[in-house]
Amino acid sequence: MYAQLVETGAKRVKSLDEMSPEERAFQEKIDAEVKIEPKNWMPEGYRKTLVRQISQHAHSEVVGMLPEGNWVTRAPTLKRKLQLMAKIQDEAGHGLYLYSAMETLGADRDEEIEKLHQGKAKYSSIFNYPTLNWADMGAVGWLVDGAAIVNQVVLQRTSYGPYSRAMIRICKEESFHQRQGYQILLDMMREGTEEQKQMVQDAINRLWWPALMMFGPHDDESPNSQQSMAWKIKRKSNDELRQMFIDQTVPQLEYLGCTAPDPDLKWNEERGHYDFGEINWQEFYDVLKGNGPCNRERINTRKKAIEEGAWVREAAVAYAKKQKQRAEAA
Amino acid sequence: MTQKEALTEYLLRLADSDMILGQRLCELCGKAPALEEEMALMNVALDLVGQARNWYEYAAELIDDGRDADKLAFRRDAHDYRNLLLTEQPNEDYAVTMGRQFFYDAWHYFTLKSLVNASNERVAAIAAKALKEVTYHLRRSSEWVKRLGDGTEESHRRMQDAVDILWRFTGELITPDETDRLMAEAGIGPDPEQLKEDWRGMVKEVLQEATLTPQPDDAWMYLGGKRGEHTEHLGFILAEMQFLQRAYPDATTW
Repeated sequence: MYAQLVETGAKRVKSLDEMSPEERAFQEKIDAEVKIEPKNWMPEGYRKTLVRQISQHAHSEVVGMLPEGNWVTRAPTLKRKLQLMAKIQDEAGHGLYLYSAMETLGADRDEEIEKLHQGKAKYSSIFNYPTLNWADMGAVGWLVDGAAIVNQVVLQRTSYGPYSRAMIRICKEESFHQRQGYQILLDMMREGTEEQKQMVQDAINRLWWPALMMFGPHDDESPNSQQSMAWKIKRKSNDELRQMFIDQTVPQLEYLGCTAPDPDLKWNEERGHYDFGEINWQEFYDVLKGNGPCNRERINTRKKAIEEGAWVREAAVAYAKKQKQRAEAA
Repeated sequence: MTQKEALTEYLLRLADSDMILGQRLCELCGKAPALEEEMALMNVALDLVGQARNWYEYAAELIDDGRDADKLAFRRDAHDYRNLLLTEQPNEDYAVTMGRQFFYDAWHYFTLKSLVNASNERVAAIAAKALKEVTYHLRRSSEWVKRLGDGTEESHRRMQDAVDILWRFTGELITPDETDRLMAEAGIGPDPEQLKEDWRGMVKEVLQEATLTPQPDDAWMYLGGKRGEHTEHLGFILAEMQFLQRAYPDATTW
């Protein structure tokens, strides 16, 4: 998950007749559900779109460590601390794994990270919101990882082989994180004090809408979706995924004994789905443009880490070179 | 001091040192010099806090006053903490972080290597699991000390500075007190003289390979962590780490 508004560079989807023989063979392969592998021919647009999507996803894993890092030093018990540390470690692993998948497309990890630091590459808007109380660690696991899973389960069938395989592995760990997150909230709601219950509701109030925004704009506002769907990089539309998420999440919300900050949220018997209110799209686009509560802090923290770590990486390279020379001399 | 009291005290030293160093590593989340390091730091921290939990659980059983592992970790103030002063020193730059880790890992490794043969089965079992993890920690941190020491001019300068800054906290690792002696006599803890020799040998070897200069063995040493007299850093570490347990004392479940 964690990819929103991925540019495809295509204004409209070409029909088979309009394609070159290579493009046509490629599209027929996709239509037949044959996975595309790194050495196969692919249209430049497909390659670029995937680099953008996978790098966005990888950046999101890495930036996503920051709101959790905000609480890992203050986790309330040994068990919760260990769980959160393990989750953060998994996320660093997902980042590495995704950057590797991206590099199979000829992109360079350092260059893509540089784009992130220059504000040219995106990451999921959700991580620009602050984590303000401990229950946020539960709500992030439940809602944010939950939204990510809805997307990623579908992406297990994405057309690019390395990305698809990364998703399969990542989904397993994310499901585990989601259950742990929900358990944090459930334990506080069931056995917690009044103050703890308030923390839970407060976390849900703040993170509910940003979680729904993770699925990106409405389908008719998403000009790149059609090409991504044709290439089977994307497998379901933003609105479909958002509805799936709402439908599976509302019963869990009720089970917690909490409410969503949406007066329009109600079951629609006729549709067989939950209806819900309109997302504040102005806020969504503001955050995407860099005007969210934590955009600056998140990027600055990442930039600082990489800049201040430059001498460390240089030392590692210099040392490896010396070791090699010594081995050759011996 | 009875043997049980000494054992409890000793377990708290192991637990608190692991816990505080784990906490320091948690502070680096999202701030490591590379993504691989991000993962490795959190991995080491996870091992340390996991080991701390095992030692706390055993200590809580011996103390037997109704406090569990969480209460020991999150409800004791600085003067009751028994961690080595080295572990509470701030991260500063990556040279200090890695230097601190290496000095600690070397001590931790030889201590655990002895504890796996402890006459106390519970201690031996916890140590056996921990030793596997710490063997990797030591390999990693000694590699980093060599890389930084023998890397570039800048990294060499920083790594030498780190050794000089941290050196005064290393004496505590190998200066035995009554508890250490009682534990050695009981066939639980390492022989203090052997531990000193092993630690110094390992440190000398790695620093030499890293082209770094250790300070003299008879340099002045800052002691006190083992009896609860800490540097000013610990109070702030605990204020952060224990925040929720202190702010919401009525909460029994998290």
